[in-house]
Amino acid sequence: MWKWLHPYAKSESTYQLCQTLFPWFAIPALLALMIGTIWGLVFAPADYQQGDSFRIIYIHVPSALLSMSTYAAMAIAAFIGLVWQIRTAYMAMMAIAPIGAAITFIALFTGAAWGKPMWGTWWVWDARLTSELVLLFLYLGVISLYKSFDDKLQAGKAAGVMALIGVINLPIIHYSVEWWNTLHQGATISKFDKPSIATEMLWPLLINILGMGLFIGALALKRLQNELLRRELHRPWVLKLLLKESKKSR
Amino acid sequence: MNPRRQKRLLAVVAIVVLMGAAVWSMLMALSENIDHFYTPSEIIDGKAGAKPKVGQRLRIGGMVVPGTVKRDQDSLAVSFDLVDTGPAVTVSYSGILPDLFREGQGIVATGRLSESTHIIADEVLAKHDEEYMPPELAEKMKGIKHVKPSDAY
Repeated sequence: MWKWLHPYAKSESTYQLCQTLFPWFAIPALLALMIGTIWGLVFAPADYQQGDSFRIIYIHVPSALLSMSTYAAMAIAAFIGLVWQIRTAYMAMMAIAPIGAAITFIALFTGAAWGKPMWGTWWVWDARLTSELVLLFLYLGVISLYKSFDDKLQAGKAAGVMALIGVINLPIIHYSVEWWNTLHQGATISKFDKPSIATEMLWPLLINILGMGLFIGALALKRLQNELLRRELHRPWVLKLLLKESKKSR
Repeated sequence: MNPRRQKRLLAVVAIVVLMGAAVWSMLMALSENIDHFYTPSEIIDGKAGAKPKVGQRLRIGGMVVPGTVKRDQDSLAVSFDLVDTGPAVTVSYSGILPDLFREGQGIVATGRLSESTHIIADEVLAKHDEEYMPPELAEKMKGIKHVKPSDAY
């Protein structure tokens, strides 16, 4: 059943797969982010309570939502690496981690910039905000744990275990606004009910979420390719590839 | 101890420390939330049989009673009544109020209980819900006619 996956244990085929997939992520990502952001910031109506300040939702919600999905993707890569002992999976994990950290930072930063005018404070030690901050620390922890080993297989194992432990935090982030009395409001779209946002405001938000997701995917593919090249610099397939590229550019 | 083992030990210690820090900050957040949070009626009638003492620091959450907001003309001082389901308490505050502060809005204030029904706040935060809609729709659906934050004052 999983036989078709076997060729990708070879780094060269993974590299080629990334190469093929990249434009399918990058181009729609760019289009979606452009359409969604311009629609959201310029054409969507202002909110009845918050006026134009609510428009930061078009950056805040996609990055907050995807900071969690990205973590899940990283944890899946870690799990595959730990169970099936595939080193490409560890490389994928490390390709994803810094992107996740950056996106989490964006979520926290835009949230603070939104909180100041609306709530009246940059930061409160509210369950939602704190658990999202913990997510940033988890990403940074995984990265620094990986960097602290010289043996990359050991590094992958240790960082993978940490990434898996951190999965506990994902449901905590999601349900924090229900379990505790938080200043942060409840979920607007990530729930089973009808979204609590008017349709003409919802569309650009969904487009931006899609665009941000594809953008993260495109970045992860490129980073994985770079990591593969760096790690297998002296393998014949890399040398062949380099030779081909240098011929092309001449 | 050989260097490899030392490294592994370091890694394990790092995991423990990070997890510890994570759980610790969670608990900090929780205790701040659970502790000392009162509604106006809990301040007057007591929560779980215990009334807050005068001089105690606490957090209060409630709705601003329409028509009770009094602003000092020469300073940033402001006072207003907060209510939930029972009697109201008065909150005094001096500082910049959040954009969403207005009559009928849910707010959370942190401060000191100066008399049995009077709080001197040093922080006032506005809480909003997860609903977003254009003003025309809000008027049709909820009958709310909100002023834009910038036009409110």
